[in-house]
This record gives sequence, C-alpha cells and structure tokens, in this order.
Amino acid sequence: MMNKYADLTVPGPTITPISKPFWDAIEQGEFILQHCKDCQKWVFYPRSHCPHCWSNQLEWKQASGKAQLKTWSTVHRAGHPAWQAITPYIVGVVELEEGPSMMTHLLVDAPNQLKIGDPLNVHYVQCNDTWLPFFG
Amino acid sequence: MTKRNVPASAIVGIGELKPARYTEGKTTLGMIAESVRLAVQDAGIEKDQVDGLLVGPQVGETPQHVPATVSEYLGLEPKMSNVVDLGGATGAGMLWRAQAAIDAGMCETVVCVLANINEKGNPLRSPNRNPIREFDVPFGASGANTSYALLKQRHMAEYGSTQEQFALIAHWARKNAQKNPEAIFYGKPATVADVLESPLIVDPLHLYEIVMPVGGGAAVIVTSNKAIINKKHAPVRVLGAGEKVTHRAVSQAPDLKSAPLSYAIPQALGQAGFKVHDINLLSLYDCYTSVVATTIENAGICPPGKFGDWMKNHSFGHDGDWPLNTHGGQLGFGQADLAGGMSHIIEAVRQLRNEADGRQIKDAKYSLITGNGATLSEATALVLGGEG
Ligand SMILES: [Zn+2]
Repeated sequence: MMNKYADLTVPGPTITPISKPFWDAIEQGEFILQHCKDCQKWVFYPRSHCPHCWSNQLEWKQASGKAQLKTWSTVHRAGHPAWQAITPYIVGVVELEEGPSMMTHLLVDAPNQLKIGDPLNVHYVQCNDTWLPFFG
Repeated sequence: MTKRNVPASAIVGIGELKPARYTEGKTTLGMIAESVRLAVQDAGIEKDQVDGLLVGPQVGETPQHVPATVSEYLGLEPKMSNVVDLGGATGAGMLWRAQAAIDAGMCETVVCVLANINEKGNPLRSPNRNPIREFDVPFGASGANTSYALLKQRHMAEYGSTQEQFALIAHWARKNAQKNPEAIFYGKPATVADVLESPLIVDPLHLYEIVMPVGGGAAVIVTSNKAIINKKHAPVRVLGAGEKVTHRAVSQAPDLKSAPLSYAIPQALGQAGFKVHDINLLSLYDCYTSVVATTIENAGICPPGKFGDWMKNHSFGHDGDWPLNTHGGQLGFGQADLAGGMSHIIEAVRQLRNEADGRQIKDAKYSLITGNGATLSEATALVLGGEG
C-alpha cells in the first residue's frame, strides 16, 4: 500500500528553522510536538511562540502519535497536479491526543465507513524524498 | 452593542464587468481601470473627485505596492489608500473601511475596486503560502476545494445533512441566474438531480456546488454626504458592519461546523438595530453550497444543522419569501477571484436602488451581505439600507 507514494514527485514540506526538529524526528520515526513551559499546552504546527499565552518557552517533547478523526475527504481532482496520479485518495483533519489538530493523509480503505472520533495512529510513509506522518 | 452612528457617507456608484470564462488580451490593471470608470460614470461624479482608494492583493501582476500602481495607472492621487486582504470578505471589508476613512476626515470619495484576468491554462497561484504550504500541501491537501470538502463532510457527519439539501442551494443559484443575462450560467439552469449527477471533485463536493472561476471586476464608490451633489441614484448606506478573523488553514479551525460569521452577522445586524427577519435580500457569499448553509445557520435564521429543513419550506427568488442572491450568487454568476465577493454588494445596491431589471424585489429596503475568506475563517457582514 505504501509503495505508491515513494515514486510520487509531489511538493515536500518547506521546512523552516523553527519546524526542522519536527521533520527530523519524523525521518527517525518519532512523533514530537512542542509543549509550552508556561501554560502547559501542546502546540502544532511548530511556532516560535505559544499561541495560547505568547510564551517563547516552547520545548519539544515526545508525543503519543495517537489521534481522533475530525473530518475527511476523498480527493478525485487533486489541488496539486502531481497528486492526480494516485487519485482517488483520502485526506483528513485529525485531533492529536495532546490537543492540537493537523492535516494529514489517511491510510484507510473504506472512506464511507469513517466516523467522527475514529481512533487513528501515526504511520511514517516515504513520499518522494521525504518522510511524512500519515494516519491510519 | 453600540448602534452605528448615522452614516456620514453613502454608496453612490457601482461598476461591474460581465464575467468571462477566459479573458484574452486583457490585463488586471486594465480591468481595474474599466471597473472604476464604470463606477465613476454610474455615480455621475468627476474622476478628480476620487481621493481615496482601496484595492485587493494581486497574486499575478502586482503583488506589492498595489495602491501606488493602481493610482499611477489611473492618474489618481489618493489621500487614503490601502490593500484589504480578506479573501472573499475583501469587498465587504472595503465598504466599512471606506466609510471609516471618510468619517476620520482623511478623504471624501473612496473607490473600492477588485478585478482580475483569468487566462486559459494560466491559473493564478499565490507564491508563498506557509504554513499551509508546509503542513497541508505535502499530504495532498492543496486548494480551496479540499478545505471546503472537509468542512462540508463535517457538517454532514455531525448533523446528518444530505447531498440533496446542499444541491438545492446550487439549484436556486442557477435558477436565479436565469434572471441575470450577465451571469456565466445564464441560459444554463440546473435541477437538484443535475447537481447530484455532476462529478464529485473532492468528495462530498460536486462540480456544480463549486464556483466557476472567471475573469471580471467590480468597483463601488463611497462618498461623504456633503459631497453628494449629483442625485443620479438613490444613495445606499452601510447601516451596520461586523468582522472577525479566526484562522487560515482548515486544520486550525476552532470549529469545523461554524464560521466567524456567527459573530460578524449579529454584530452587523445589531449595529443597524435590526433582526434578520427585517432583511429583504440575503446577499450571502457562496463560493460553495456548504458556505451558504453555514451562513444561514450562523445568521440564526435556523438552528445549527437545520438549514436543509428550513430551506425546504421557503423560496429564494426575487419574488420569494426569502430572496437570496438574486443575481445568481457566485455559483450562478461566476467568481472573478476577489471581485466575486463584490458581486453580492453590487446586486444589493441594485435592489436597494430599485434598479434590478427583471428581478426587482418589491419594496426592498435592507440587505444583509456576507463575505467569507480562506477556510470559513475571514468573515465580514454588512447591513445596507436604501432610501425606499
Ligand atoms: Zn503557553
């Protein structure tokens, strides 16, 4: 199932100095998130400041890689032409166990059976030259 | 809530280009110029009376220094100028800002303009879109269609809303467009079955539930009461405004089944001192069917999740009990990028002036206008009032 992604020539993440630890960890098969030392909340996507309290004391911590499904969609006509090769595929928004939400690619077979709140786990998938956190 | 002061300014001119599926041999600056020329002509004022300018971001031709470029192109020297960057809410956001600039004594006559080309095989794409570019695009989740499909799916999963209910919105847009010869879908009505049979682009969104990108443009002239000398048309006034921005990427939405319109609409109505039932025309931003559904719910016209049951019992033409997007909405008229949002304002002004040929709402006095940008995340609402 995962092979079809390896040969895709699609845009990878445009990594910044702030987000680099996240992507480095993904490449190592680890799921880390920023945690605020001041208000104790978790933060995603990676930022210089906590959006809850504006603290600049964010530290990287191991996260569970567990999530719940918030919404999903089967893409028939891809927004970026390079993804068209593997349509239809499924994307979704998930709520990470730690609280923040993220966009992801879903590794599921039957989209018509998906429900809000379905439990999911992170899967590391090589897509083109980049390792990405998909959920399934 | 503070009631809005009696406006010291009014909308006195409108200009709109007929949407074209593709433009050829045109430039965005040229289409801005033509939109402005038409609006100034409609207002019956002189070019040199324009001393304020509000423009939008221009992804293609002029990414920066837009007001200076447009001023130079048109031979204007505005005393107040700015870029309003609120996606589909830009047009509505311009109008209260124009009024505020006049109230602040910065200028007397503001032109608000949005226009763009749409060339075949050369779609406009914004160059730098981080963090969306970093955290959405790599997963195959690019573009507005995907974001709005995710939002529509959540509404369906949460409330049990149905494809037929959403298709009815597209049907009414197409139906109303049959009264507007300028609309891109004039002569092309669509039944609920037609909408449901159109291809699924990004499930659960069908092709006919998604606006058609077109080239086009629109401009509105707002002027101070003391500068209104020519009474060519009855003035239309901004009686209330509300605005809120909550996020950019759909994944970061605080609430996937609602929009900041839930603040902006009551705020606009409250400033005007109205209830939504006082409104004669709903001019609701409709880039996708599901946006109309959420807007109706955010306006408090029906409870959350119940738009389908509510719509079943009402009719939405100019002669209906709830006139809605009588120009066809963007789903029927076409979406000329940011100018698409302006089409809801232009139609409201026509209706409130009693000048909507062939589709005039009887005794139209007040209109609610909404603008929505990004991913149900940039919201502006206006209440406009005519003299009728
Ligand atoms: Zn914090």
